[in-house]
Amino acid sequence: MATDVVAVGVRRRRVAALSWRRLFSHSSFVVGAAIVAGVVAAALLAPLVTSYNPIEQSFRDQLLQPSRGHLFGTDEFGRDIFARVVYGARIALIVGVVADGLAAVLGVALGVLSGYFGRRVDAVLMRIVDVVLAFPYLLLAMIVVAILGPSLINAMIAIGIVYTPQFARVVRGVVLQIKEEDFVEAARAEGAGSLRILGRHILPNILSPIIVMATLTVGYMIVETAGLSFLGLGASPPTPEWGSMLATGRSFMLTAPWIATFPGLAILVTVVGFNLIGDGLRDLLDPRLRGRQ
Amino acid sequence: MLRFLRWRLLQLGPVLLGVSILVFFGMHLIPGDVAQLLLGDKGTDADLQRMRHQLGLDQPVYIQYFRFLGGALQGDFGESIRTRQPVIWEIEQALPVTVELSLAALAFAVVAGLLIGVLAARFPHSALDTGSMVGVLVGVSMPVFWTGILLLIVFGGILGWLPLGGVVDGSLTVRRITGAPLLDGVLTGSWPIVWSAGRHLVLPALALGATAMAAIARMARSTMLDVLGLDFIRTARAKGLAERRVVSRHALRNALLPVVTLVGLQLGLLLSGAVLTETIFALPGLGRLAITSVLARDYPMVQGVVLIAAGVFVVANLLVDVLYVYLDPRVRYQ
Amino acid sequence: MKRVGLWVGLGLLIVGLISVGRGGPAEAQAQKTLVIAIGADQTGMDPQTVQNNESGFVMSTIFDSLVNYRPGSSEVGPGLAESWTVSPDGKVFTFKLRHGVKFHDGTPMDARTVAEDLDRAINPNNPCFVPTRKGVDTYDEFTFGSVKDNSVAKMTVLDDFTLRFTLPDPSAPFLSSLAMIWQGIMSPAATKQYNCDAGQHPVGTGPFKFVEAVRNDHITVEANPNYWGGRPKVDRIIFRIVPESATRMLMLERNDAQILADVPPSDYARVQNNKALQLYKQAGLTILGVAMSNDLGPFKDRRVRQAMNYAVDKDAINQGLYAGATTASQGMPPVLWGYNKSVAPYPYDVAKAKALLAEAGYPNGFSTDMMVYANPRGYNPIGGAKLGEAVQSYLTKVGVNVKITQYEWGAYLARFRRQPWEGFAIAGWSGDNGDPDNFLGDLFEWDIANGRARTNNTSRHHSPAFDRLIRDARRTTDQTKRAALYEQANKLLHDDAAWVFMNHTNQVRAARANVKGFVLNPLQMFFNMELVSLE
Repeated sequence: MATDVVAVGVRRRRVAALSWRRLFSHSSFVVGAAIVAGVVAAALLAPLVTSYNPIEQSFRDQLLQPSRGHLFGTDEFGRDIFARVVYGARIALIVGVVADGLAAVLGVALGVLSGYFGRRVDAVLMRIVDVVLAFPYLLLAMIVVAILGPSLINAMIAIGIVYTPQFARVVRGVVLQIKEEDFVEAARAEGAGSLRILGRHILPNILSPIIVMATLTVGYMIVETAGLSFLGLGASPPTPEWGSMLATGRSFMLTAPWIATFPGLAILVTVVGFNLIGDGLRDLLDPRLRGRQ
Repeated sequence: MLRFLRWRLLQLGPVLLGVSILVFFGMHLIPGDVAQLLLGDKGTDADLQRMRHQLGLDQPVYIQYFRFLGGALQGDFGESIRTRQPVIWEIEQALPVTVELSLAALAFAVVAGLLIGVLAARFPHSALDTGSMVGVLVGVSMPVFWTGILLLIVFGGILGWLPLGGVVDGSLTVRRITGAPLLDGVLTGSWPIVWSAGRHLVLPALALGATAMAAIARMARSTMLDVLGLDFIRTARAKGLAERRVVSRHALRNALLPVVTLVGLQLGLLLSGAVLTETIFALPGLGRLAITSVLARDYPMVQGVVLIAAGVFVVANLLVDVLYVYLDPRVRYQ
Repeated sequence: MKRVGLWVGLGLLIVGLISVGRGGPAEAQAQKTLVIAIGADQTGMDPQTVQNNESGFVMSTIFDSLVNYRPGSSEVGPGLAESWTVSPDGKVFTFKLRHGVKFHDGTPMDARTVAEDLDRAINPNNPCFVPTRKGVDTYDEFTFGSVKDNSVAKMTVLDDFTLRFTLPDPSAPFLSSLAMIWQGIMSPAATKQYNCDAGQHPVGTGPFKFVEAVRNDHITVEANPNYWGGRPKVDRIIFRIVPESATRMLMLERNDAQILADVPPSDYARVQNNKALQLYKQAGLTILGVAMSNDLGPFKDRRVRQAMNYAVDKDAINQGLYAGATTASQGMPPVLWGYNKSVAPYPYDVAKAKALLAEAGYPNGFSTDMMVYANPRGYNPIGGAKLGEAVQSYLTKVGVNVKITQYEWGAYLARFRRQPWEGFAIAGWSGDNGDPDNFLGDLFEWDIANGRARTNNTSRHHSPAFDRLIRDARRTTDQTKRAALYEQANKLLHDDAAWVFMNHTNQVRAARANVKGFVLNPLQMFFNMELVSLE
């Protein structure tokens, strides 16, 4: 989970000018971007990268070791694992984006409402956030999925809900600071309505912490959804989702370790890529965001 | 300080109440019949009716909730549907194992994380720094269940250095005092049990603590770097103090502050991460109990577990915040 | 200097942690201990009040029933009763009990104490009457009949060692049901001492005595030196609970466990290639298939159901996914008497399938749904989702498009058993008592009195001719006659194609090569563990 983001009591700064040159001179950002670009490319160009069908079964080709014909070997249904990993990239990216997007949207809504309207609204909303935070997150996700039914989409929704409190807290913190600034006071004195203040002044300033947080948490979304699939509460067959591939692959760890190893590596590499991008963005957008709580 | 404490304690009540509502209605919203689940493939309609009635499932939901709440306030969470034993008893059997595991993982995460982070900050941009940061990045990105399985297979299976799961060797009988095997071994003065329990704790603690260790290491490194760049450090160095002294005496204390809050956040993650770790390493802890209970719709059990876990989380966070305020009186809270 | 010392100390500690205690647990013992690795914990050990396998595993070492299954088979032989007679009308069963047997707590076993225990199964005035106890699932009504319907057996103690049961209707399966572990005899003193539920403190007459159970960790039983069947050859059995199958396999290889209760097909080769291990296989008392809604949708037409059977290459699936399970052709496994050997499974014939579909009015196939669950079951070790996937891909080839929805087990059961679902659903069954009625009757019979399918007839198969055969077979006690009737019923069922019959999975266990005398039995329980020795 993302942990080391926004501060309490940090001086407000304007969104730092994002110059591409600064971004690309930051080495970890470059590496991360390269990795993520690779994953995205694999997802988009999947049919070009591999000629195998990720869901077609072939009982003659079961449990084959990695070879020239099957780069990553085959699984217990005879399906080519390389193909499943590559097509799985699509699923992973969708999972990351959807779950993250949901958490961000809900979090922004809660955080803005809470921070801007203050007092009672704040108290109520933040208690709700506290409740969700205190709940063991995996159990909460399991219950949500159990209610909605085990499927990938529901797993994404569950993980999105579970991560909302973090976004909400961050956004609330930023909104609280900005709210007291002079230019906001000035706008209010001029007679600007709440909506205008929110749209013109508040939202643009929460953009950068949100972007940083979103990129830092994408990786965790993928991992947590994989965890739910690991418990049998995620993707349905025959979807090539990395987490469920790990789950089924673990019973073959001794006899056919490639079934679990490659999806596991895929998860690892993707998450590392997103983390690097997130680190880079955070370092550049607001160095003070790093290392404080 | 006291006012702050009182204010935080006051928040405990509503939060736990909220958690109880969330878990109760959450579990009851799950489709599928608990009674049917118990009866499995077999079982007649008559059996089903009878069981639903006995479990109180034919009452309106809000009555069931208040009955649950009333019991919970007196410390009675009812009986597990699956095992028909009191929920409190089941939790009592399982909780100490999880606490022991979490503390071991936390200790590992804090010690190893601080060590790596401080050393990396001490020699910035060196091979040690880059290497450890890469390693740590990988650690933070690996799913805990994969780490666990790999560790188990490599160290338990292939190398055979460490046990394959469980809490102690099968031949030993632990005299139960607290329920935490290592602690019980210490309390009963039994060296073989302490040794065995310790060995069984190594891999799961590593797997569980890996992510936290990585997060702490990164955090420690960056705060150390910041602090090391500050004026008073330059003064200390100008005064001619040995670098080691500078780092340990002056910089470390200031760098620890953010790490403390980080640890607080990690606590919640540890409790949840224990769920998967306990499954892989066959530890009879709260996490495994929770998973089995959710899958079996054993809602009294899930309710009990979630409330206890939430309670522990909230109290632990409170302690961490108190610690933070104690360490840094400059911080103000709204 | 201090620092160096610290590092050296740390190093020694690490080495010490690794090396000490490496010798396997067996060395520490003078006692012979057998460790059996199981996948989940027991939920109580009072035979009449639980129904799950893991509880059964442990209970089968602690308890005897009135009659027991013969070692390695589902045929009924002497247990606590040395002999018995059945009246010509098939309603009266009289048992002569063994002399000189005691429960583990010293209570003598005789007709009175056995009757005291079984009374709670049939007497609603008994304070510990089981069928209405809170949250309990029991086979009591299955065995003895229901009090509510007035179909419950009557029990009479004729003398100190003679016990008689009188059934309202002749029911041949009664003996097989009595042999189940779920009718193991518990010491009535224990039941009384623990307030009607001695589930955490079981006391039986069996080869092993209960010692302790640590939640989710292990259960220990020790040898009963006075066992009437002979002194056990090992001193202790420890059931270790290990959820991950890969871990169990590693434990077996390291001799941390000597028997695995469960071996997934993916590990068969690994066990067979290891000289220190041995694989035990026995034809299972199970059936697995894909049920079709016999009364809804295209499946109302028998030709469609048969087409589905032709469309799926069962042999390939059974070889590929189930490591060689026997392909099914009828409603019960070949290991059970009454199996019709002249009925062969539907062959894989895509052309025939398409032809039948066209005949029935679906030349271009159709679309339908399939319900699956994820978790493995006894009769389906790889789980429902995988079988569903495999079948789905074959059906696509004949134009039948299947949409799979995965449900969590509880939700699955609710839909499958309660609601009038349409399409396909993964179905299966493990035999309870080793009688064919338990398969054919439970799974495919129509409840004429209530005008609907029997509870477990989830495919809602309805054939009056079939029902007649099943009813007649229940009423005769002559096993030859019954077998003939069941064979006819099986042929009928095959032609009716109520399910896509898939396979009968083998029961497979693994053990160290130095485990001798270990025998599998079709009911999957750990019976006759007194015969097992460690060399």
